[in-house]
Amino acid sequence: MHIVVCIKQVPDTAEVKINPETNTLIREGVPSIINPFDENAVEEALRVKEQCGGSITVVSMGPPQVESTLRDMVAMGVDDIILISDRAFAGADTLATSYTLGKTIQKYLGDYDLIIFGKQAIDGDTAQVGPGVAEYLGIPQMTYVVKIDEVFSDRLIVKRELEEGYEIVEASLPAAITVIKGINEPRYPSLKGKMKARSAELKVVSAADIDADPERIGLKGSPTWVSKIFTPPAKGNTEKIVDEDGSSASIVVEKLKKLQVI
Amino acid sequence: MTNEIKVIKDKCKGCNLCVKACGFGAITIKDKLAIIDLAKCTYCGACEDVCKFKAIEIVRDDVDRSEFKDYKGVWVYGENRDGEFATVVFELIGEGRKLADKLKEELSVIIIGDNSKNLISKLEQIGVDNVYFMEDKLLKDYETNTYTTVIEDAINAHKPNIILYGASSEGRSVAPRIAARVQTGLTADCTELDINDENDLAQTRPAFGGNIMATILCTRRPQMATVRPHVMTKATKSKSKTEINIVELTTKVSKDDLHTKVLDYVKETKGNVNLVEADVIVTAGRGIQGPENLKLIEELADALGGCVGASRAVVDADWIDHFHQVGQTGKTVHPKIYIACGISGAIQHVAGMSSSDIIIAINKDPEAPIFDVADFGVVGDLFQVIPKLIKELKK
Repeated sequence: MHIVVCIKQVPDTAEVKINPETNTLIREGVPSIINPFDENAVEEALRVKEQCGGSITVVSMGPPQVESTLRDMVAMGVDDIILISDRAFAGADTLATSYTLGKTIQKYLGDYDLIIFGKQAIDGDTAQVGPGVAEYLGIPQMTYVVKIDEVFSDRLIVKRELEEGYEIVEASLPAAITVIKGINEPRYPSLKGKMKARSAELKVVSAADIDADPERIGLKGSPTWVSKIFTPPAKGNTEKIVDEDGSSASIVVEKLKKLQVI
Repeated sequence: MTNEIKVIKDKCKGCNLCVKACGFGAITIKDKLAIIDLAKCTYCGACEDVCKFKAIEIVRDDVDRSEFKDYKGVWVYGENRDGEFATVVFELIGEGRKLADKLKEELSVIIIGDNSKNLISKLEQIGVDNVYFMEDKLLKDYETNTYTTVIEDAINAHKPNIILYGASSEGRSVAPRIAARVQTGLTADCTELDINDENDLAQTRPAFGGNIMATILCTRRPQMATVRPHVMTKATKSKSKTEINIVELTTKVSKDDLHTKVLDYVKETKGNVNLVEADVIVTAGRGIQGPENLKLIEELADALGGCVGASRAVVDADWIDHFHQVGQTGKTVHPKIYIACGISGAIQHVAGMSSSDIIIAINKDPEAPIFDVADFGVVGDLFQVIPKLIKELKK
C-alpha cells in the first residue's frame, strides 16, 4: 500500500499577537509548526502502514524552509518526502494549491492507494484542499474521518464525524480522506528516526518539473484574493462580579431571564 | 490574476509603516528600503494605503468581466436529511434574499435527495423565487461525487452568480469539490456577506485562529461561499403570497457514479449534542477537576435546554468524547448563550466560541483570559456557583 500524506507548515496561530497600536498581526518570533491536524494525518498513515505494509510519502507545498518540517516527518517514520517549491506557486489559493498537489501526485506518486490530509490548516481553516485534490484526481473523498475501521487492498471503511452523529462510509481505493484530531495521538519521533531524518533524501519539485499549466498555479490560477484585512472589533468591557458561596447564582439567573433564555 | 507590486526606490524612506500594516509579514526593511516577499504577499493593498510617500504601487490585472453578465441569481444549497432542511438553509435564504435584492436578482434553492420535491412546501412565503430540485433513489444519502455532478450540470445550464452553502460538514465537503469541478473560487466559513460597489460578493471571514478578519473577492463566476451556521438571520414568513417557480433537474446518475456508500448512520443519543446549531452551550474546562464532576455541567445544560461542550484539556484527559470539543481543534460554535465553566480561555479555545452572542464565564482566577472575551464574568468557585444556579433554575 502506498500512502501519500499532504502537509502544510503554518505559523503557530496561538502565538500570533495583535499589536494594539496598529491593529495588525505581530508575526515576529512566531514559530512555524506542522499544521496540528496534519500530524494526525501522518500518524494515521503510519498506523495503516504498520497494519498493511507499504510505504509513506509526505508531500508539502511551500517555501524552502518547509524542509525542516518534512525531515521531522521522516523522524516520525515516513519513508519519502517531497517539497513542492517554486516562486511561481506564490499566492496560490485553495484551487491553485489543489491543482499543484494533484499534479505532483499524478506525476511522481501515480501508484498511490490512499491520500490522507488533516481536516484543515489552522492558519486558513478552509478545509478545501483535500476535496480539491480528490476532485483533480477524480477519486472518492471522505472528510472528517474520526476512525479508519478497516482497510482492504481495494477499499476502505471509515467513520466520519457529522454534526449530530457518525456515519460509517465505504469507498474503493484509491481514495482521499481528511482526518480530525480525535482520530489518534501522534507519536514522538524516535532517536533512530531523528538520525535517519538528517540524511534522508529530499526531493524538491518545481513548476516545470510537474509540467504545471502557468494559468492554473500561483496567483494566476487563484480566483479568490484578499481585498481587505482588519482586526475584529473588540468586546466591550466585561461586567465582573465576585461570588461568595454561590451568591452570584441569582444574578446569573436574572441575566438569563433578561436574555429570554429561560 | 497576475498582479504586480513594486517599491519605488526613490520614494521609499524605509519608515516601517508598511511593515506594521502588512497582515502577512511579507515586508522587511533593508538599507532603508522596503523589500516585499512575494511568497507571502497577497496583494491586499494595506501597505499601499498606509504609505505616506506613495512608494508602493500595486497593479492589479483587470478582471475579465465580459462573461459576468451571463451569470444571474443567488442560489442556496438546500442541505437536508430525513425530510428536513438543515437549520442553516433558512439562514442562507434570509441572507441570500438580502444579497439578491441588492443585485436585483432572483433567489433560488437547489435541493437534492430521493424525496426532494416534498421539501419544496417548506420554502413557501419566505422569499424564495425558484427551486431547482433533483430526485433520485440513488441520491438518498449525501454522496460527494454525484451531488457535485448534479450541481455542476445545474451551474452550467442556469449560470448562477452566487452560490451559498452552510459551513456544515456536508457543505464544507461538497462545496470545495464543486469549486474544483467548475474551476471557480470558494471562500470558507464566512461570517459576513455583502455586495460591493462593483456588484461583487464581498465575503468576510475570520483567519489566523480568529485573530484577524479577511474580506475576500472572487474573479470568476459563480462566486461561492460556505457560511457559518447560526450567524445569519433566518428568513421569516411574509404574508404576501409568492409563487415559487419549480424547475426539475434531470442529471443522469448511475450506481457507478457513486464514489462512496453509507453503511450506517449513528445519531449521537446522549442528549442534545449538535453543538454547531445549539442555542445554549455549557462548557467544561479543566476547572471541573475530574470526569465525575461532568454531571454538574450536564445538569446545568439540561436545565437550560442546551448542549455540553468541553475544552481541549478535558477531552485530552479522556473525561469526555472529542465530539464535544469546542475550539480550534474541535468545533466552532456560535450559540446565543455560551457558559464557560472553569475554562481559562486559551486562544485556541476562544477561536471556537468568540462569535457566541453572549458569553458568561465562571472561573476562580480573576485574571483568567476568558474574562477578556466574556460579557459577564463570575469570579468564583464553580462548585459553589453551579449547584445554586441549577437550584434557582429549577424553581
